[in-house]
Amino acid sequence: MKKLKILDIKKVQSLATARSIKLSEDTLEQKERANSFLTEVGDMSLFIKQIIKETFSRKFEFKEFLRQCYEIGNKSLPLIVITGTIMGLVLTIQSRPAMAKFGAVTMLPGMVAVSLIREIGPIITALICAGKIGSGMGAELGSMKVTEQIDAMEVSATNPIRYLVVTRVLAATLMLPILVLFADAFGFIGSWIGVNIKGDVSLVLYIFQAFGSITFLDFFPALIKTFLFGAVIGIVGCYKGFTAGRGTESVGKAANAAVVLSSLLIIIVDMIAVQITDMLS
Amino acid sequence: MKNSQETSADTISEGKNTSSETLIEIKNLKKSFGRKEVLKDVSLKLHNGENLVVLGKSGSGKSVLIKCIVRLLNPDGGTINLLGENVGSIKGKKLSEVRKKIGFLFQSGALYDSMTVKQNLEFPLRRIKKDLNEQELEAKVKEVLDNVGLPNALESMPSELSGGMRKRISLARSIILDPVIMLYDEPTTGLDPVTSDEISELINSVQKKYKTSSIIITHDIACVRLTADRIIMLHEGYIYAEGTLSEFEKSDDPLIMSFFK
Repeated sequence: MKKLKILDIKKVQSLATARSIKLSEDTLEQKERANSFLTEVGDMSLFIKQIIKETFSRKFEFKEFLRQCYEIGNKSLPLIVITGTIMGLVLTIQSRPAMAKFGAVTMLPGMVAVSLIREIGPIITALICAGKIGSGMGAELGSMKVTEQIDAMEVSATNPIRYLVVTRVLAATLMLPILVLFADAFGFIGSWIGVNIKGDVSLVLYIFQAFGSITFLDFFPALIKTFLFGAVIGIVGCYKGFTAGRGTESVGKAANAAVVLSSLLIIIVDMIAVQITDMLS
Repeated sequence: MKNSQETSADTISEGKNTSSETLIEIKNLKKSFGRKEVLKDVSLKLHNGENLVVLGKSGSGKSVLIKCIVRLLNPDGGTINLLGENVGSIKGKKLSEVRKKIGFLFQSGALYDSMTVKQNLEFPLRRIKKDLNEQELEAKVKEVLDNVGLPNALESMPSELSGGMRKRISLARSIILDPVIMLYDEPTTGLDPVTSDEISELINSVQKKYKTSSIIITHDIACVRLTADRIIMLHEGYIYAEGTLSEFEKSDDPLIMSFFK
């Protein structure tokens, strides 16, 4: 007769209990993760609702809005100008061999112009601004939150959403399209320099060739999406700063999260905008 | 002195110049953060003209208590009657109106980093007292700076000030709207003993000059000795004891003794 191996019941019980505890811990962890994600989405929706409500309130902080426009627009301009010029130059130099293969070098200004206006100008400018402006907002408001400055503002009967958030979000929404226009313009100049490295085209002829290829449907949807990019940067930057935890560590985390989330959302918004433009055209 | 079992919210300090008019009345206040119950059942009153010190260990819910009073935090239960208004049920403009009558000195000072001292002081004035012209604004700023003993700090940035100076400027900003009630959140924390005493004296002089009533949150016994008309001790979310300074100093309760001896 074959002898059956009898397992130690206590050992089996303890193994089963440990496994079951591990499983329930994993489930709880996943539940908590899902909960925190949904809570974040809910909180952000409420935050946006508050921003919309305060935007249309009578007591608009116009002076602070102008200050923010200056801070966001003027102080980001040098970075955008340099990046735009390099973008145009690099795009031209990289595209030239491929265009030359098909004998289409004369189409280079038009191709670069469409690329810059439709996609590269808005997305690169938005991503740079997400890094510069978004992180700045996250860190500034996060630090104000940690040092109780936002509470002090609220206690002195000033609505911090109206004073700090609405002004920043609107300034970012308004300034980003302007920065994109600068990036595009300097991209053209960079591209013209790139064309002239191996050729000889006057600036007037270059501009004539470039603008000859651009239609209303290249320019208008791109302009609209830059407003959305600006709003995304402003809202995410302010939200992350406003919801920063305690301690200086949370300021760094808020700034970092502002950049990561706004960059991701910019790419998602861009994808949706491209789909809508494609359907319309 | 009354212990937690017999504490009554309407105790009035002995021999102090306070009227029986109640400015703040808190009943059965409860506040939790997640599963942690910080305030379990707190009831107290602040009478006109008195300095009420709320004493307790770190984490006992002292700061949470005064943040609930101005609705920086929403209580989970109980009622707070502030200057005749039920704080829990008002919002928007009405809440702002009540807040205008409260001065709040934050633990960190909470001066706006991006503004000069002058701009910090003008910030609440320009928003609330819109009828003041530039000369009146300047005079008011100068007056409060003189009152806190820093008449020459006008153009300094908060980062250029020492801890004691920041507290003084923050106090100046709190009193600039002529508040009825002052709430001090650990006014002497992080300061050396000499500066702490100066701040405590300043609290008393503000009370006399502006005829304010105050709640002072602290665990600094020197500050308690200099400022308290009446003391309430918070412990584990409840009011553990209530009485005057002399009653607390004479107490043989181990917890109270650990603070006073």
